[in-house]
Amino acid sequence: MDPAELKRFERTFLPHMSAAYNLARWLTRSDQDAQDVVQEAYLRAVRFFGGFRGGNSKAWLLSIVRNAGYTWLQRSQAHGTTVSFDEQLHDVEDRSQGPEMELLQRATRQDLLAALEALPVEFRETLVLRELEGLSYKEIAEVGGLPIGTVMSRLARARRILGQVLSERGTKED
Amino acid sequence: MACPEKSDLIEAYADGELDLGSSLEIERHLADCKDCAAVLEGHRALRSALGTASLYHDAPAQLSSRVRAAVRKQEKVFAASPFFGWRWLAVAAPVISLVILGWSLVTVSRMPSSEDLLNQEIVSAHVRSLMAAHLTDFPSSDQHTVKPAFNGRIDFSPEVKDLASEGFALIGGRLDYLDRRPVAALIYQRRKHLINLFIYPAEDGAGERAVETSLRGYNLIRWTRAGMRYAAVSDLNLVELRSFQQALQE
Repeated sequence: MDPAELKRFERTFLPHMSAAYNLARWLTRSDQDAQDVVQEAYLRAVRFFGGFRGGNSKAWLLSIVRNAGYTWLQRSQAHGTTVSFDEQLHDVEDRSQGPEMELLQRATRQDLLAALEALPVEFRETLVLRELEGLSYKEIAEVGGLPIGTVMSRLARARRILGQVLSERGTKED
Repeated sequence: MACPEKSDLIEAYADGELDLGSSLEIERHLADCKDCAAVLEGHRALRSALGTASLYHDAPAQLSSRVRAAVRKQEKVFAASPFFGWRWLAVAAPVISLVILGWSLVTVSRMPSSEDLLNQEIVSAHVRSLMAAHLTDFPSSDQHTVKPAFNGRIDFSPEVKDLASEGFALIGGRLDYLDRRPVAALIYQRRKHLINLFIYPAEDGAGERAVETSLRGYNLIRWTRAGMRYAAVSDLNLVELRSFQQALQE
């Protein structure tokens, strides 16, 4: 890659460093691993840069971060640290059980951090992309390589599970 | 129990992802359905809790430089030539500083000249005049109406020529601001093409050769005549713009 091309790469993607790290951090739940994942993602991104046809650079980079993050998760899964994921299994039976208002108002940052970290990774990433990165459904679909309908249902489930986790924590503390 | 089929839609509604029609439909539904209204409330409470809890993980300060270095190492941008390896840095330092000096000289000499800046300003003024309702302050095809209209608005009297017989119809005049001073702008039309002719006094009075240039797709001719500066700018082709200039000079 010639220096001008590299400059263009850096100008396009270095501004998304925090978004990349935030997603990686929420995927891996570890600072050091997130940094490794981000570095790996940028190395892949620069290799694929020739195939980048402009457009949404943030979504493009985040989809690479996501892939790098999942590769990392699979590797660590071999060492038995992650739980397997099944959409049906993780569906919540009672759809009316939204998070209780009072509970949410009492929830501290620590509660929310723990509840979000406890979510299955697919739900966690969708919620992070939506609520922390402010991505649209369409952009989340692009990052995850998913149909928009799946994005919608994952978000809905993620929110319900989060509410449930919070209320379980709330009950324990009471 | 919230309506199962509406539940996802309510979230999409709260996320601002529904089109207007569907949003209105959901709003009507929410007015009637207490369960769905409760779902919406819960959703909003969760969002505001997540939003205010600062759960965002900002990248550590050194990560950016670490990533940059890794990318550059992989791409071998600097490692490609032995001159840029660290070992050679001591030897190469004087060369590098010469290169930097040379580069900065080039950069300085490539800074836009005052001529370039004026040309850019003229084209910008032309483009701006074509935007909504800014073209003419006093629309008139009569040179005897346009010329007096400038009186008292600017401190000089621009020559206003009727060039309809040469195929350039006068359509009005306007005050504009160029080169740090108010200027007269005359607007002519050739077929569908509009021409802005800017006129203002030449401060130094010196005669200046005509300048032709093309900028962002617009042709521009500047010249000085009888102590006044003229600038004609248009998307008209250069040949016809030249004949416009000649018609003015006659």
